[in-house]
Amino acid sequence: MSTQQATLGDEPNEFGYRPFTVGGFKFERDEYFVHVEWPTGRHVAAIEPFLKALMRDVAWNFFYGTVNFDAVIGTLNHYGNVDLFAGRFNEAYRQAELDHSENFPHDELKATFQAILNDWVNEEFDPFAAPQETGSAYGTKNGDNLSAVSRDRVTANRMVGLPGDEPLRSDESGYPINRMFADVDQSEPKVVVEPGYEAEVSAFNFFSYLSRSDVTWNPSVVSVCRDSLMCPTTEEFILPIIHGNDRVEWFIQLSDEIVWEVEDRDTGRPRAKVVMKAGDCAAMPADIRHQGYSPKRSMLLVWENNSAELPGMIARGEAPTVPVRF
Amino acid sequence: MSEYTTVFGRLDQYTKGGVEIINDDPKNYVFSNMFEVASRAKPWQKIAVAKNQQYVLEAIRAEGTSEWRVTPHDEFALVVDGDVVIELLDPASALVDPGESGSRAIEGDPEGTHMGTIYAGHGHMALLPAGRCYRMSAEKPSVVLLQSIQGPDTIERWADICQKF
Repeated sequence: MSTQQATLGDEPNEFGYRPFTVGGFKFERDEYFVHVEWPTGRHVAAIEPFLKALMRDVAWNFFYGTVNFDAVIGTLNHYGNVDLFAGRFNEAYRQAELDHSENFPHDELKATFQAILNDWVNEEFDPFAAPQETGSAYGTKNGDNLSAVSRDRVTANRMVGLPGDEPLRSDESGYPINRMFADVDQSEPKVVVEPGYEAEVSAFNFFSYLSRSDVTWNPSVVSVCRDSLMCPTTEEFILPIIHGNDRVEWFIQLSDEIVWEVEDRDTGRPRAKVVMKAGDCAAMPADIRHQGYSPKRSMLLVWENNSAELPGMIARGEAPTVPVRF
Repeated sequence: MSEYTTVFGRLDQYTKGGVEIINDDPKNYVFSNMFEVASRAKPWQKIAVAKNQQYVLEAIRAEGTSEWRVTPHDEFALVVDGDVVIELLDPASALVDPGESGSRAIEGDPEGTHMGTIYAGHGHMALLPAGRCYRMSAEKPSVVLLQSIQGPDTIERWADICQKF
């Protein structure tokens, strides 16, 4: 808490929003924009996509690899400490030597980002929601939405629905079926359990569970096989960040369609477009960054290898950037 | 107010997307479609459609009754088309070293205690618990996506199933 207080700025500005400073970076917002300053430059961006990106970065604990808020600002996770950067993965900024990066303890940067969300997200805006399901992020300070910006990310220990593990979703628990998944079958599997095996004989409706997700672009851990994590998520509109991989990641399209724009991780140069329809399986190599577009709310299975060894192995050339060669 | 239709794939009805290259090799994306893979597979073949180091996701065409298998670690079966019945059995003696990876086929019917039966339909996920035996059956061709670790029966045929150009 003391760290968070140390990074908070002075009094709210004329728009009602407090400025925040972390290291050499200063963040301010007005009615429409975030203004970021660092020792060698400055950047301005629309506040809505900025808050959506910031929300994912906080919720994901800086995730795997790089979280680019846009072409300039982002974070690079070193798992325990985190780089906050400007222009680091922008070819022009690098060539002009205008890029800047500072390293922070994980908890310090997360606390600062959380404080920004607490102050800058107004009452009617939910940065996790699809555009048609939330009010505006713009305008002068108007209350807050602390419950929306402090959601816990689901991380099952073994499988959701097991005794003592993450619970299933229902109307009663506050997870109604999303409007775009009203046609998804909600019937649960029939499970016949012999006495004494209640903790092992278990099944649930995975698609129903996803149809009741109240967030977009927020993978949650649903089943765990050692370091293999099934992280399904529901997607609508645009992934608010451009994710730069530090390991291979897999996408399994379970319903509908997503188009992925894939760029080189370090330069941002376009490499491919990946169109995924229901049943499609595609790897995201460890040296790319990607951003997805989902016209209708869709179900995406993000499949991760959570091994702490992988980023170092790939960086040292001990493991390939692609999952298989054929 | 608009009504939305959620599009799932099925063995007999799926549409593939694809990789449109700008400056890359399409093989880097290891792009396939699990329904296409299962439509060309023999029943109960375990064909990898995703791999990350030792971990795999296998597309399995479920049709008829499978052999009994034992798994040294948890596996998770997601039924992505059709209906699959899963029988679980607690073996009378340990049949697999918990340090091993991937499930093993068992010859004949293992001895042990019946744990229960799961009747899984479209979109249902079942736990196949570590150290236990399981057998699946499906009256009509169905598809299971299995979260597991590469084992002796995992089939890799990437050149046959993936986009190359």
